[in-house]
Amino acid sequence: MTGRRAPGPAPGAGRGEVAVAAKPATIIEARGVVRSFGQTPALRGASLPVRQGEIVAVMGPSGSGKSTLLHCLAGILTPDEGEVWFDGQRLDTLRETRRSELRRDRFGFVFQSGQLVPELTAEENVALPLLLGGTRRAAALAEARAWFGRLGLDGLGNRRSGELSGGQAQRVALARGMVAGPQVLFADEPTGSLDSVAGELVMSLMTRAAREQGTTVILVTHDARVAAYADREVIVRDGTVGSLTGAAPSPGQAR
Amino acid sequence: MSVPLTLLGLLEREPSHGYDLKRDYDTWFGRGKPLPYGQVYATLSRLARDGKAIAGPAEHGEGPDRKRYAITEAGIADVQRWLAEPAPPEPHLQAVLFAKVVLALMLGRPAGRYLDTQRAAHLQRMRELTGLKENGDPMDTLLADHGLYHLEADLRWIDHTAARLGMLAQAVRQ
Repeated sequence: MTGRRAPGPAPGAGRGEVAVAAKPATIIEARGVVRSFGQTPALRGASLPVRQGEIVAVMGPSGSGKSTLLHCLAGILTPDEGEVWFDGQRLDTLRETRRSELRRDRFGFVFQSGQLVPELTAEENVALPLLLGGTRRAAALAEARAWFGRLGLDGLGNRRSGELSGGQAQRVALARGMVAGPQVLFADEPTGSLDSVAGELVMSLMTRAAREQGTTVILVTHDARVAAYADREVIVRDGTVGSLTGAAPSPGQAR
Repeated sequence: MSVPLTLLGLLEREPSHGYDLKRDYDTWFGRGKPLPYGQVYATLSRLARDGKAIAGPAEHGEGPDRKRYAITEAGIADVQRWLAEPAPPEPHLQAVLFAKVVLALMLGRPAGRYLDTQRAAHLQRMRELTGLKENGDPMDTLLADHGLYHLEADLRWIDHTAARLGMLAQAVRQ
């Protein structure tokens, strides 16, 4: 027996599928984030709380600030004003070295295209986050290989990125984003360079894997068919976030 | 496309004769398919009977029905509700969505908010159809895809329109 106490239901809460059951806690949140590039404001007070295990699509016209919001949430960019919280700690005030450890250990990333290291095999590409995190090579590669079967990539582990189709390369990138068991997966237009059938496969595999692992996904897309894989969508307009589906605003939200 | 609600919406601008309503309907919403006079007058008397509009006294003139109609509070409430409620997200909606946007702009109602509500209803339906596809039956998938592409086309129109509301409002109020 360990001394750990299971997180039981809140006093008074029912069991199972009672409608009032507590919703999962917020895992990552932007609060009133302002970010400019030179004189050009990209975000003007953007707030977005995301719950543990949620898949959220961030939509909006080009130039609305949706990628900037993703980069601020992921700690790639720091806000000029406002706060970013992850797992109970303030992210935007951490030092860059600490933020980059967080990105490596707790976050996964999938971008539009061109992200595989061309000199490495597909398997090595997938193992990369584990290797960088200090996992031994044999263990990292074994872990990586397990993802090839799950994503329909059997037999492609030794190929290099030039020898993969766009859809295969993107599934390898997805495996790399998921291999370290991230708490949050950031996906920026993950199907942007794919045809509709390949894109659909990537989205289907991504959302299934995320749901199986309880991974939170923040998905930037301008494509409604891609957004339809998410649990809810928000729209970024003129640098602020509007909710379309009436998710309850968190207490920390400015508006 | 709801003719009674569209006429009621036009009536909200100012009390009007049936003739004026028919002319404005044909201009804005007819698209080469004029509304028959008979339908205009039948609709107006039904609206009056249901308390959505009141008919003034008959005036002397040449037309078949020289009554001026005014919208009632109940009529305004109906227009308001219709505009604010998203239409059921199904294919071939363009006539309804078009009429609602034009009327909302004409009446100075929050067209952008209505479009957002519609957008949310469309995406909710797209999520349901996507869920259906995830269950894996190929025929379900085929049918769901048809719906998804049509809803996507509506959504692109909604986004495009939302980005141009200022310009459209000017065109409608000219």
